[in-house]
Amino acid sequence: MSKKFNVGVNSAWCKGCALCIGVCPRSVLEMSGRMKSTPAREGDCIGCRQCENICPDLAVTIKEVEENV
Amino acid sequence: MPSAEVLSWLRTRFMPHIWCPGCGHGVIMHALIRSLVGLNKDKTKTVVASGIGCSSRMAGYINACTLHSTHGRSLAFATGIKMHKPELTVVDVMGDGDCSAIGGNHFIHACRRNIDITAIIMNNNIYGMTGGQASPTTPVGAWASTTPYGAVDPSFDLCKLAEGAGASYVARTTIANPKQAETFIMNGIKKKGFSVIEIITHCHTQFGRKNDRRLPMDNYNYFKEVSVPLTKAKTMTSEELVGKLVCGEFVDKNVPEYTDQYGKVIERARKKG
Repeated sequence: MSKKFNVGVNSAWCKGCALCIGVCPRSVLEMSGRMKSTPAREGDCIGCRQCENICPDLAVTIKEVEENV
Repeated sequence: MPSAEVLSWLRTRFMPHIWCPGCGHGVIMHALIRSLVGLNKDKTKTVVASGIGCSSRMAGYINACTLHSTHGRSLAFATGIKMHKPELTVVDVMGDGDCSAIGGNHFIHACRRNIDITAIIMNNNIYGMTGGQASPTTPVGAWASTTPYGAVDPSFDLCKLAEGAGASYVARTTIANPKQAETFIMNGIKKKGFSVIEIITHCHTQFGRKNDRRLPMDNYNYFKEVSVPLTKAKTMTSEELVGKLVCGEFVDKNVPEYTDQYGKVIERARKKG
């Protein structure tokens, strides 16, 4: 069973620079109509955290979903 | 990782910060906070000093003991702090103009003394805040608001300058590699002695738009393209290295540290009296 991740974007801090969208290897994030990054395909996230590390506004948070065993 | 620990190092009431969308300074601030968290530093025993410029706003956003000082003189202030309380962790964040032009003398003498300060230089090739004037690190041929026919004078290699001046740890990376930046800052803070970490960043607002790198992502791709690891650069000829950015740890040596040596002088003088 592959791991699942929660992609959170703090839209109050996001300025829509699109760096996170550019670095994502799986195209998880997308620009919304209000010029904010939004996780459009959260299920595809592999948890590489490149978006989180590159975000200049510290707006992206990746959390691993803990599954109940 | 804007986890709870990272956020606790931020003065969130000032967020979102003042930097332009996509500015590399934010990436560096995140890397610096991650490395401070990784080293389990105490906020009350960590000092972040800065001078003047876009980069120097960083001290205002980090929730530690911070000091926003005068242009180019941040290293002089940081030296004073370190001399008074050598047990503190002192990080100095500077821009390229702050470090190499206005504060050039403070920089070389801090390197020469080898005082235990970590200097992070955010090199964006330009004076971004004041309108994009050419700085000592603007590459030859690059366009800036004061070089309408392209820059004529050769630029500084800050890592070589620091190495020649005697710093004990010198490294360079770009914002396209935030994880490497985090590692280098960690190594720099751990090093007993003067550490210089030059992080190449971009000012797409003032510099990029004149040099065909208008978007943050263009700059990211450019850095990915031109950066060369140090081990690979050693196998390349000087012609091949033209226009490339060599990234890696250039110097990592153990030499006597200034506050230690000064402490010994104080002991000696007291014994005599």
